[in-house]
Amino acid sequence: MENLAVEKRFVVSSSPHVRSPETVQKIMIDVLISLVPAVVVAAVFFREQAIIPIVICLVAAMATEFLLVRKGIFSDGSAAVTGVLLALTLPPGSAWWMCVIGAVSAIILGKYVFGGLGSNIFNPALVGRAVLLASWGGRMTDWLSPVDLKSAATPLAEPGQAALVDLFTGNVAGSLGETSAIALLIGAAYLLYKGHINWRIPGGYIGSALIMGTLLTAGGFGFDINMGLFHVLAGGLLLGALFMATDMVTSPVTPNGQLIFGIGCGVLTMLIRIYGNFPEGVTFAILIMNALTPIIDNATRPRFYGEVKK
Amino acid sequence: MTTKTFKGGTHPPHDKPAASKPIVTATAPSRVVIPLSQHSGAPCEPLVKVGDEVKMGQKIGDVKAFISAPVHSSVSGKVVEIAPYFNPGGSSPMCVVIESDGKDIWAEDVKPNKPLEELTGEEIIKITKEAGIVGLGGAAFPTHVKLIPPEGGLEALILNGAECEPYLTCDHRLMVERAEDLIYGTKAMMKALQARKCYIGIEVNKPDAIAVVREAIGGDSSIEVVELEVKYPQGSGKQLVTAVMNGMEVPSGKRSTDVGVQVSNTGTAIVIADAIKTGRPLIDTVITVAGSGVNENANLLVRVGTIFTEIVEQCGGVKDNAAKIIMGGPMMGGAVPSLDFPICKATSGVLILTKEESVIHEILPCIKCGRCVNVCPAFIMPNFISNAGEQNNYAAAKKFNVDECIECGSCAFVCPAKRPIVQWIRLCKAEIRAMSSK
Repeated sequence: MENLAVEKRFVVSSSPHVRSPETVQKIMIDVLISLVPAVVVAAVFFREQAIIPIVICLVAAMATEFLLVRKGIFSDGSAAVTGVLLALTLPPGSAWWMCVIGAVSAIILGKYVFGGLGSNIFNPALVGRAVLLASWGGRMTDWLSPVDLKSAATPLAEPGQAALVDLFTGNVAGSLGETSAIALLIGAAYLLYKGHINWRIPGGYIGSALIMGTLLTAGGFGFDINMGLFHVLAGGLLLGALFMATDMVTSPVTPNGQLIFGIGCGVLTMLIRIYGNFPEGVTFAILIMNALTPIIDNATRPRFYGEVKK
Repeated sequence: MTTKTFKGGTHPPHDKPAASKPIVTATAPSRVVIPLSQHSGAPCEPLVKVGDEVKMGQKIGDVKAFISAPVHSSVSGKVVEIAPYFNPGGSSPMCVVIESDGKDIWAEDVKPNKPLEELTGEEIIKITKEAGIVGLGGAAFPTHVKLIPPEGGLEALILNGAECEPYLTCDHRLMVERAEDLIYGTKAMMKALQARKCYIGIEVNKPDAIAVVREAIGGDSSIEVVELEVKYPQGSGKQLVTAVMNGMEVPSGKRSTDVGVQVSNTGTAIVIADAIKTGRPLIDTVITVAGSGVNENANLLVRVGTIFTEIVEQCGGVKDNAAKIIMGGPMMGGAVPSLDFPICKATSGVLILTKEESVIHEILPCIKCGRCVNVCPAFIMPNFISNAGEQNNYAAAKKFNVDECIECGSCAFVCPAKRPIVQWIRLCKAEIRAMSSK
């Protein structure tokens, strides 16, 4: 019997034979699109003091990744996301060399020492920011007022003093991407709509921060909803809750794990803000929770279909 | 009326180009290659030898084993060869090759049975076994084994008319065109199983089938059509049980009969009706020929053992850019390297994809987006299992309950990194089985 099975005219591969059109690159492009409102607002308020650091971070991150893997300058797009996110955490007018060191650290220390995209434990952009914060803490908290581009303190230095409406629109001093709540929310709405993030991490993060901010003061307990709202809107909390903590690679995949992760981020952020030495706790809160992600994932494994309790 | 469904699952592109095409009887083949193992269970021994004259419907292979189904000739003619033949599943079962004499003379023992009212449950089971009937939903499990009633009878029989795989329309067409026989076969199965109730689950994208089947049921309150949400894998046994029985789950490691339900396919009920009414064994089956790589989409009644090439020729041949041949649906079907394969009893379709549709994607690292976890109808974590499989860490795969995977492919379908998740899961399962058998 002739057996033509050896004839390889047709492609033979494993099922399924249809794949969704979604790709890693498309997801990263969507994340970049979601950051556009924050970038635009930063450029409006801080002009070249914002545009130059964003461009330097973006180019430095992409160039570093290109030199390491040589798969095209944009490749899967994750380096570009890291670059823009890092830039949004920097103060306006950051020095070019700080941007470069931050971006290179983000890609090398944040990603490639762990084996590249997918293997990294920590959010690369936050690793870059942490390096800068640890090395040049003074320059990293050297804020500008968006009104006159003169030196100003972050609203977090004096909790409760800034008007909530200014925090909402972004008309306050702070890092490039953290000043305007509305721009961040528009971007996050796009990611929610596209299904790249869900409510659990941001919900857990913002919800727990709101509750703690409302109930806790450095002196003890109290009840002040305005303080709670202030904490949510001020500083990098929304940027962190919507774009950093939701980083797929470094956050849990289980639904319950995501909620626990978000709440953990919120609690740690508020503990650092209220009782710690830094005015801002987002960076370290998320990095600490990143480290706990594998444990959270393991502990929150969903009940499988038909699982019988032992 | 609300549509029922299960938790998880996905929506692959909804292409059913042959949905409105009536079933056409394919041209009789001049030669058939009939595998002696077309079911899960013990392979048959040949009952004929080279040079024998056989008639249509004559039994040509059988075995004493209980979990097995006999094989019959689909043509009348002469046995020219009995040899192993490579099979898409990777095995090489013995096949009986018969040259047709073109006369289609039926074997004498193919004759109508008593009417259903006079048949006992045991007789129905015996007729089903003698007709070589296997489940037509894909797994090809011998049907007579599934018709044995549990102690105290069965709470419910569930018939799968979901047909959730893209492209496939054979079950849809059978329900529309042969609803009376579907209900006849359903009643026979219920009688054998001593089932109190039967639910026929049909996805709501087949309103014509739902209407026709409801009409055929008439006033019989023991049979009911359940409208199902259009979602993949709605037709998977356990997921169908969960959808129809309002969230009930089949416990891990158990069969659905342990919770009082049995699942079968609508097509299977129709061939049981045939076997009772005419005595004809399962020698032909309805398949869907579809895909952008073939000139005409069709639903064809083809003889078991017909080589793909002959079928594709009746559909205007393959296009120049045809690049992939799939036996079955695009989500769970197997790709074959050529058109030189026979149609088996449980073949549901031949799908021909073009070059553009057959691209082998670059595999990127898992970015833990969690899409696979969200769609998994078994609620396991396909990403962690496939990562473990990639690293040959089978102990980790076991810890993540790899054995619960139903291999529906939803995870790999949604994966943005285009990871061959199901392939790695199969590897893990095979390695774990090999390790435990040592």
